[in-house]
Amino acid sequence: MTQSPFSPGVAAGRLAASGYAENFSDLHPALDPHEALVAADRCYFCHDAPCITACPTDIDIPLFIRQIATGTPDAAAKTILSQNIMGGMCARVCPTEQLCEEACVREAAEGKPVLIGQLQRYATDHLQEKGIHPFSRAAVTGKTVAVVGAGPAGLSAAHRLAMLGHEVTVYDARPKPGGLNEYGIAAYKTPEGFAQAEVDWLLQIGGITIENGKALGADLSLDGLKAEFDAVFLAMGLGGVNGLAVEGGDKDGVLDAVDFIADLRQADDLSALPVGRDVVVIGGGMTAVDAAVQSKLLGALNVTLAYRRGRDRMNASTFEQDLAASKGVRIMTHVVPVAVHGNGSVREVEFEYVNDDMSGTGQMVRVPADQVLRAIGQTLEGEGLPDLTGGKIAVTGAGRTTVDGVWAGGDCATGGDDLTVTAVAEGRDAAMDIHASLMG
Amino acid sequence: MANLQSDFVGIKSPNPFWLASAPPTDKEYNVRRAFEAGWGGVVWKTLGSEGPPVVNVNGPRYGAIYGADRRLLGLNNIELITDRDLFTNLEEIKRVKADYPDRAMIVSIMVPCEEEAWKAILPLVEDTGADGIELNFGCPHGMSERGMGAAVGQVPEYIEMVTRWCKQYYSKPVIVKLTPNITDIRKPAAAAKAGGADAVSLINTINSITSVNLDTMSPEPSIDGKGSHGGYCGPAVKPIAMSMVSEIARGADTAGIPISGIGGITTWRDAAEYITLGCGNVQVCTAAMTYGFKIVQEMISGLSEWMDEKGHTSIEDFRGAAVPNVTDWQYLNLNYVAKAKINQDLCISCGRCFAACEDTSHQAISISEDRVFEVIDGECVACNLCVNVCPVEDCITMEMMEPGTVDPRTQKVVEPEYANWTTHPNNPSATAAE
Repeated sequence: MTQSPFSPGVAAGRLAASGYAENFSDLHPALDPHEALVAADRCYFCHDAPCITACPTDIDIPLFIRQIATGTPDAAAKTILSQNIMGGMCARVCPTEQLCEEACVREAAEGKPVLIGQLQRYATDHLQEKGIHPFSRAAVTGKTVAVVGAGPAGLSAAHRLAMLGHEVTVYDARPKPGGLNEYGIAAYKTPEGFAQAEVDWLLQIGGITIENGKALGADLSLDGLKAEFDAVFLAMGLGGVNGLAVEGGDKDGVLDAVDFIADLRQADDLSALPVGRDVVVIGGGMTAVDAAVQSKLLGALNVTLAYRRGRDRMNASTFEQDLAASKGVRIMTHVVPVAVHGNGSVREVEFEYVNDDMSGTGQMVRVPADQVLRAIGQTLEGEGLPDLTGGKIAVTGAGRTTVDGVWAGGDCATGGDDLTVTAVAEGRDAAMDIHASLMG
Repeated sequence: MANLQSDFVGIKSPNPFWLASAPPTDKEYNVRRAFEAGWGGVVWKTLGSEGPPVVNVNGPRYGAIYGADRRLLGLNNIELITDRDLFTNLEEIKRVKADYPDRAMIVSIMVPCEEEAWKAILPLVEDTGADGIELNFGCPHGMSERGMGAAVGQVPEYIEMVTRWCKQYYSKPVIVKLTPNITDIRKPAAAAKAGGADAVSLINTINSITSVNLDTMSPEPSIDGKGSHGGYCGPAVKPIAMSMVSEIARGADTAGIPISGIGGITTWRDAAEYITLGCGNVQVCTAAMTYGFKIVQEMISGLSEWMDEKGHTSIEDFRGAAVPNVTDWQYLNLNYVAKAKINQDLCISCGRCFAACEDTSHQAISISEDRVFEVIDGECVACNLCVNVCPVEDCITMEMMEPGTVDPRTQKVVEPEYANWTTHPNNPSATAAE
């Protein structure tokens, strides 16, 4: 039976085949060489450039842009990748409007920053599409390091450690490496299998073994890793998801947004992916926006993003909020879910309007829903971990945990924003500290 | 609207914007369209002697230098004089002039440095009804190797001799076009004047190689792997040309000779600057070759608007107005003291001023933790580099220090009187001031 956006319930194939291709194409199409030169020409080559300061990985942005402008994009890529081995992915998913591009002096001057993110992508794509890996391993040290989690933090650490001559084994619970790059980021930000291609490219350094399907707790123990390896880096992210602790929160049709996104990312055929006619996403972060926008792009008729505070308090950037709005997502603010109604399957979500201080107003509103996506935060899972602070592994300095010989970084550890670029920086810095510690 | 009417050595045109002798003026089709677009006059692309026309290369004739966004800043060429039949050109010139009597029609000529050659062609040109001739003593490539163009322009005696022949065998104004590929532009200008020239025009193009292809090791433009120095023009040459114009305008032996200014004129403002340096009109080529004939509309409206704003009613009102202010370094006022000042409201904190000053100048700009850039008056020599590298117009300015105040760099009181190097105590050959 042919479905359409109007079909009630949760259904697959709401769009014509071409609709999926169009909706899930590159959010920011790659710059062509001429566009890249024009964009690069706008860089002022600032002294002590604010964009570098704003970059969590301290990429020398003016230098790489000048290298593009002078016709050496591969040299530009090396400048980027020497600081941020996942510069290709970061070019696609970084909230540049809150980082480098916000700091760009041309943003101050005319409200139009240099297109740093897109130029970074131009350079890294140029190099990676040729299959060139510009780094080589140092002499083998004989030291071994276990990395738990093959996401941005883990892979960044693994690459740096391998480059320094150590032997690295990366364990990951999922069937594929990449972490959130592979499973957790909106498809239109990294189309055409880029996440996997980047991992393959990264592994060209050598000295890294990836073991998928191995989770800490189930298959591995920290004590076991400590005994087997000279150092351990924990970067398994946040595996748990906060539940929706309201009446009816377990009805059919209530899902975790991260699972919805992971399914979408792994789907071979988007038209086979079911989505509700009326979707309600609960949350205010990047995951909530990614889930809401992709629901809409899959053909949901009405998508509501419901957040308990005002838009200014949302973790999702202004750019992401505007993107959601432009795709037709309705953003409701100051609402807290109180009940999920429906006879077996969800039919409505009932919210209470709340004040800025989260005090209830007593006013209720019901939003039709045949699919509810929970995006109200993720939690660290596992036992026998180093000491935690605020639900994350407590670290000091470059990712040192309370356990000797164990470092941690990325979303599972304290410090920094939960961004890909931050995870890459933390992985890199922990690797340097591990190296110093092993060779000291 | 200001009156842009131009009278250059008796040649009248509705505005001072002429198209220079070059590809845009090579044939009737182009020149008619140029006149329709509003150009005040043209200098028809250089004619040679009767006989088989010259032969051009069949590969690239132009090379370029770009600024940001491939903005063409400099162009060079290895094209020769017209490669069309002399009589075809002459017929077209005559037709076009007849149809556009109010426009200036000048014919550029380059024939061998022999009296007979000039004697032969000048009556033919006279017959076209054109308003004057321009002697091409400038082209640096091709023709110069055959003893013409720059080969003549580099020898003042030849210039004087040929000019004299032209005045003898031609009744209308003779303009001598000068090559910049010499040491002192005043010498050929004086020679032209001595030969009786009605005016000089400058500059012709500058010897140049625009780039080298690093794969083939050939200079550009490349003809089958080889390149030759071509003539450089466009916005990049304007400063060189204006300096040469000013030297003639204020030279003891050359002052007063009418000048047609050429070199990188792209906007009305460029034209106005040339005129203030003494030019009676200007000639344009690269800008038209880059943007097409239509640009003259902006030149006309811009110059007119500026003249209205300044209260100038004719070109003559401001012609040469800047000449008295062009002087020799030794006469510059050494008691004039300025300091750079950064307007913090306009500053976008790029730090280019800091990098330039700290690395390459006088360490006179400070940077704070939060990237506020300030001038250290005690170190600033007012070199202007910070102004030049600042991407924001008027963000950094040079502020004159009032007489009586103390320059924190030298600890000296700024003197009110003008004083220059000729009287400076450090000058071994200073003439006593007292």
